[in-house]
Amino acid sequence: MDKSTCLEVKGLSKWFGGLAANLDIDFSVEEGEIVSVIGPNGAGKSTLFNCITGFYKPNSGKVSFFGKDITKFRADKVCNLGIARTFQIVQVISDMTVLENVVTGALLRYTRIGPATEKAEEILTFTGLIDKKSFLGSELTIADKKRLEVSMALATQPRLLMLDESMAGLTIVELRNIMNLIKKIRDQGMTLIVVEHVMEAVMEISDRVIVLNSGKKIMEGLPKEVVSCQEVIQAYLGDKYRAVC
Amino acid sequence: MKKFTIKQISVTGITLLLLLLFPLVITQTYLIHVMILVFMFGMLGVAWNIMGGYAGMFSFGQAAFFGIGAYTSSFLLVTFQINPWIGLIAGGLVAALMAAAIGYPCSNLRGHYFAIATIAFGEIVRIHFNNWKLVNAAEGITIPMMDESLANFMFHSSKLPYYYIMLAFLLLALVICYFVANSKMGYYFRAIKESHDVAEVLGVNVVRYRLIAIMVSAFLSAMAGTFYAQYILYIDPESVMLLAISVQIVLISMLGGAGTIMGPVIGAAILLPISELTRIWLGHKGTGVDMLIYGFLITLISVYQPQGIWGLFANIGKKKNG
Repeated sequence: MDKSTCLEVKGLSKWFGGLAANLDIDFSVEEGEIVSVIGPNGAGKSTLFNCITGFYKPNSGKVSFFGKDITKFRADKVCNLGIARTFQIVQVISDMTVLENVVTGALLRYTRIGPATEKAEEILTFTGLIDKKSFLGSELTIADKKRLEVSMALATQPRLLMLDESMAGLTIVELRNIMNLIKKIRDQGMTLIVVEHVMEAVMEISDRVIVLNSGKKIMEGLPKEVVSCQEVIQAYLGDKYRAVC
Repeated sequence: MKKFTIKQISVTGITLLLLLLFPLVITQTYLIHVMILVFMFGMLGVAWNIMGGYAGMFSFGQAAFFGIGAYTSSFLLVTFQINPWIGLIAGGLVAALMAAAIGYPCSNLRGHYFAIATIAFGEIVRIHFNNWKLVNAAEGITIPMMDESLANFMFHSSKLPYYYIMLAFLLLALVICYFVANSKMGYYFRAIKESHDVAEVLGVNVVRYRLIAIMVSAFLSAMAGTFYAQYILYIDPESVMLLAISVQIVLISMLGGAGTIMGPVIGAAILLPISELTRIWLGHKGTGVDMLIYGFLITLISVYQPQGIWGLFANIGKKKNG
């Protein structure tokens, strides 16, 4: 295997009863890339995330992270190895302050609160939430919650960051901010996999795009290639989008 | 670790001094007995709080740990003449092992389901002890009289030593709770309380940290159990393992403020005098009146002050400061 391959997924399938949420999915992500996973609702994007990060056990297939087989690893162990993620439905600790939330993440790499707090403040400065560090998790707007969730994920000091719809339901300004943040994170040398519905964001930030439909990978390529592919347009973007192209 | 303000240090110091002087000034044995109970239930509340308030594992089976502590030391004392101080540690360890044995299979149970499992656990333990010949079944165990000394954990002439020992136990529990709350463990417990998913995604081994919480809680509860046995000198399943005791522990902690260090102590200081006073005023006819008052208070608290009475103090403090 190539040394710079960050994540490799081979023949991954996940069944829920008779429904194949993921069927025989193959792809790999190189270190330093931003790869977007797109597809209509129910295409299996979140399931794929859950299989990679140990929240689901895939029925078959293999997931390797920098050459290490992590298919059967528990979620906390996957995180320990360096894969952090956010959830489609934003998850923060509501009765902790913003700072405490991020400290909890940082404690994965530190035993003592002091150094973990320093690291957390550094991350909050980076993500632009430092002014709200003493707000409670429950007091934040949805955009800030998403930003906090990204901060918490970064605090675990991952090598691969997986964002599940971090841009859904945001205003245009908020969207811009989070896109800039994602680029900033990549510039720090991190690899990112992003599930996203907002096509303009996908087009702008992605190095590569993977398209899922009904649990199967139907296409993979550069953003430009993907939006001009007939099958993708029919399955996902609809005829209207083709007219725009 | 947070720095203490001068105000906090002085309030703590004065409170401690008052508690130390209390039995020297107030010489009525009965009031000292009530204070001992307040400390004991305070400690049980603090122990509950570590798993319930911080880690979000609502246990309604704390009486089982309490009882196991009481039974272990008493059994060792009666059968093998083992010193109760050693029995205290042994009881804590047995309770912690039992906690792990029940906690592990319940690792995936959350919220109400975990609470139901702990009720079942508590009742199984009680019924088992009620029928277990080795520990005298329903007859219970009478602690044999020994010479009065700290080494024997037995005092006849005065309640004072019990008062100070229980106060020391309570302080120990508070110190442990303080360090847990302000360490990595405390942060992880709170993450687990929010949701297992959010904890796991931050790299927390949820099963391990839940086990730690339940074991620490069981150990401290069992210590209080041994104290109770040495204080009352008679135990049976109906006095140390009742579901009512478990419920009372939860009520005390919730009323005082779950997830705060001092909350359970405040809760105990309010609720126990209520039960004792109703017992004095109404005697046997008053059975249940204290529960009626508890219920009323809990309703008020959950509607108007969900963080408990301690939360009320904290809020007032916050408003004053800003």
